[in-house]
Amino acid sequence: MSEPVIKCQSVYKIFGANAERMLKEANGNVDAKTFQENGCIVGVNNASFEVSKGEMLVVMGLSGSGKSTLLRCISRLTDATGGKIFIEGQDLLNLNNKELIDLRRNKMGMVFQSFALLPHKTVLENIAFPLQIKGIKTEDSINKAMDMVKLVGLDGRENYFPRELSGGQQQRVGIARSLAVEPDIWFLDEPFSALDPLIRKEMQDEFLRLQEKLQKTIMFITHDFDEALKLADRIAIMKDGIIEQLDTPANIVLNPATEYVRKFTEEVPREKVLLIKDVMDEITSDNMGDIKVSKDEIIENVAEKILIQEKTVAVTDGKNNIVGSINPAKIINTVFGGRKNNH
Amino acid sequence: MELLKKYPKLFQWLFLLAVFFALCFAIDVPETYKFIRGQAEFVKDPNQSAFVFLGKEVRYYAFDVFWRLPPLLGWLPIWINDSLFFLMNDWMPMEFWNEDTQEYKTRPLVLQITRNLTAFMTFLIELIREILLGGLETIVAFTSWDWIDANPWAELPGLPWTIVAAGSAILAYKLGGKGLALYALLSMTYISIFGQWKPSMQTLSFILVAAPLSFIFGLGLGVAAYKSKRVEKALYPILLVMQTMPQYAVLVPALVLFGVGDHAAVIITMIVAVPPMILLTLLGLRAVPPEVIEAGRMSGCSNWQLMSKVLIPTARRDILIGVNQVIMVCFSMAVISAFIGAKGLGFNLLLALNQLNIGLALEAGLCISLIAILLDKMSLAWANKQVDYFGNLNFFQRNKNSLFFGVIVLVGILLAYFGSIYFKDGYNYLFEVPHNKGISTADFWNKGVDWIFDTFFVYIKAFNTWLIVDVLQPMRALYLRMPAVATLVLVVGAGYLIGGVRSALVVCGLTLFIALSPWWDRALVTTYMATFGVLVSCTIGFTVGTLCFQNKHSTNFMLNVCDIFQTFPSFVYLIPVMMLFGITDTSVLIAVIVYATIPATRYTIEGLRSVPAGLHDAATMSGVTKFQRLFKIEFPLAFPHMMLGLNQTIVFALFMVIIGAFIGTEDLGQYILKALSDKKGAGIGLTLGICVAFIGLIFDNLIRTWVGQRKKHLGID
Repeated sequence: MSEPVIKCQSVYKIFGANAERMLKEANGNVDAKTFQENGCIVGVNNASFEVSKGEMLVVMGLSGSGKSTLLRCISRLTDATGGKIFIEGQDLLNLNNKELIDLRRNKMGMVFQSFALLPHKTVLENIAFPLQIKGIKTEDSINKAMDMVKLVGLDGRENYFPRELSGGQQQRVGIARSLAVEPDIWFLDEPFSALDPLIRKEMQDEFLRLQEKLQKTIMFITHDFDEALKLADRIAIMKDGIIEQLDTPANIVLNPATEYVRKFTEEVPREKVLLIKDVMDEITSDNMGDIKVSKDEIIENVAEKILIQEKTVAVTDGKNNIVGSINPAKIINTVFGGRKNNH
Repeated sequence: MELLKKYPKLFQWLFLLAVFFALCFAIDVPETYKFIRGQAEFVKDPNQSAFVFLGKEVRYYAFDVFWRLPPLLGWLPIWINDSLFFLMNDWMPMEFWNEDTQEYKTRPLVLQITRNLTAFMTFLIELIREILLGGLETIVAFTSWDWIDANPWAELPGLPWTIVAAGSAILAYKLGGKGLALYALLSMTYISIFGQWKPSMQTLSFILVAAPLSFIFGLGLGVAAYKSKRVEKALYPILLVMQTMPQYAVLVPALVLFGVGDHAAVIITMIVAVPPMILLTLLGLRAVPPEVIEAGRMSGCSNWQLMSKVLIPTARRDILIGVNQVIMVCFSMAVISAFIGAKGLGFNLLLALNQLNIGLALEAGLCISLIAILLDKMSLAWANKQVDYFGNLNFFQRNKNSLFFGVIVLVGILLAYFGSIYFKDGYNYLFEVPHNKGISTADFWNKGVDWIFDTFFVYIKAFNTWLIVDVLQPMRALYLRMPAVATLVLVVGAGYLIGGVRSALVVCGLTLFIALSPWWDRALVTTYMATFGVLVSCTIGFTVGTLCFQNKHSTNFMLNVCDIFQTFPSFVYLIPVMMLFGITDTSVLIAVIVYATIPATRYTIEGLRSVPAGLHDAATMSGVTKFQRLFKIEFPLAFPHMMLGLNQTIVFALFMVIIGAFIGTEDLGQYILKALSDKKGAGIGLTLGICVAFIGLIFDNLIRTWVGQRKKHLGID
């Protein structure tokens, strides 16, 4: 496998006057409570993970869990107190100011919860801003920005000011701005949290469409578990600065690592999250009907098809080879009874 | 006992008051005590005691230390003075090239620096002034007098008044629309027709130099303070003192450093106008949402790009409000700096007041107020204006205002040219209406004043006598009767009860400085006048504010009235009161009351308005009457904000009391005024100014601490 785009090795972020000294003395054994008694607040506690190219890692946690702090460490908007962060092999914490600016100008884009648009610039100027900062000629940057305007579907509104746009439209500008320099790495900090539920759903779909087209390496922060399940390749669940579990959505739902994670999964409609392959059994010798289902289908979509069979159904892979089986009882169990098993 | 437990604070306060009064009664007035003491005048008297500190001899009348503390800081003004003179005349003499004599000349460094600064300021002022009025100085600055003699045609012609008036109207239209444009045109025309053009333009040129310079320095220092905690910490005490320092007091040291004239006035104005600009810049930059800054950083901004392209444009509104503040301070200073020889309307105003020619003073005052209101409204309109998009307009549409102005300039020049043919008697009215040829209303006003005096003399006099004999004299006597120790205990005790040890120490330090200076008695008089003014102002402001708040239209009306009144330079308030009450303490106090009522009213209204609408509705739904809602919900919640208004009221009142020295009071302000004409006045003036500032800061500290706690308690901010 190629080198991971983002690689974190036991990253710590501790706020407070004596943060660094305390971290050293703690010897890798950071306890939030003792730190708090000494006037330090632990933001990120021993975070280690990798994100590979084209992957979308969603960091999920409630407010104060340190998810935004973690993102700010990786974009170096704040300096991590300890640990190592590599961006495409470059040691982020060792970059000098100029190299850091270069990295941001070319490799990184970021979307913010409150949109963070410049109030004195039009939509077009806002989107062209990172390009102009980079020193690209006005005309070229405007042309490029216009492409971005079209990409996020704001054509016709390019000369509006942010104050004249709705929340969803403003966030489209934010997204376009973060994509203007064609970054490889895309950070999104709760981009849809400030939007109404309907707009949020629309923006999520739009976002998935964009990602399918662009294939960026993404770190996406959210406090909404459903959003995480819907978008993620992998999910990291954070609590008190610690990553409680980092896994695929299906594994998190099926095998929550801690009590805390399990609480989130309780109310999740599993049939909408899990794929056939997540719950299928091995190939059995029972006689299986003619009906076959693909292992990459979401359960919800094929549940009816399986349930009316009243017998085991064959599961196929992309090349139509039979790779497993599934019977209606399993489906019913997954949808209705699965939760109790985990108690 | 139970009451004690229920209201511990109340009993603490009662105890403090009891101690205070006990001290007052226990300490007798020394037999030798009289109010007018020679200390401040440095008159030698065999009854005086003396001490020597840092080589300075301080003479004073000794009293019981409980009654009045000895002026242990009496050496400070003398020392400041001597240091200034040393800096100016003896420190670091260096060789400097002299253009006029073409040789090197030995001069102290500071003197050379101040002279260069002076020359630079003079050049700037003359440049603007001559663009507006015409003249030779600017051309001379680039060439020489000989050259001018050889080329008599070389003179800046100045702009005809028609162009300036129309130009300001266009600018006003661009910033604020038709209404403002009409106002600009009318007021400029008024100024011209009534023969005030020349002094008005002199004042305007003064402001056009002082305001931009103050803006640049204020913005720069504000940015520096934003970026570095250390700079902020270093600036903070200066900003604090400058907020409550009477503008008068800065005049005196500047007089020593920069001499007399417009240039010195500009420098002083900058000293006074920069602090509010710094504060507002800092406030604006701090208010930029952190995510916007992060967005800038993630776009790859360098520090410089972040400041110039993200932070400052985003904080634009606050920064422009700062510009508005700067302009207001400049107008106020334009009058006050007439004391050190700044030309213009302020000078005329002062002269007229000195001659008791109320009519002339009123005319000058009106003009200065008209221009002040115009610039105030224009800068506010600029601050509130949203940026427009020009990308899809063609050249003509984009530049229509400038093109229109170009046409106006041509028309104005043509008019002036025709005027020079038409008016053959020497005055070209289409170019400039001379001072004595305009319409004057002075006689009318003077007659009006006479009429008021003739008609109402008896009543005014009776009111005057009553106020002075029955109210002011006893109050003044009471204040002077306080032994210094009792005052100290009262103030420090209040500090402790409100803000704990920290507050008590701060307040104690400030009070001790005043008590140990040679002017404690004067400070008491200042405080008594300010107290009286504040009490009346707050009563009026509070009542008017509450009444106006009952109705939306009257609320807006009142806020507008406050806006306009606040725009008048403080000195202008003295004109009408002198018209009515002549030269008495009553005049000063009435000016104080009028001036200080503005913030009292404004903060009452704003405080009441800040009560959340939800609470208002909730109260209405629980069936309260209007009065219940006012007393149970609105007043308690609005009270902290109203107390901030009290703070402002105190500062305004102190300012006006000090300015009142011009009419003739016997407080600290009078000494500042005296120091202006004293060769050795610099140290005295500065120390006096600090004393006044400290009086303000004592109250400021107490009120702010209290408000902070109260707001925390109520959970509002």
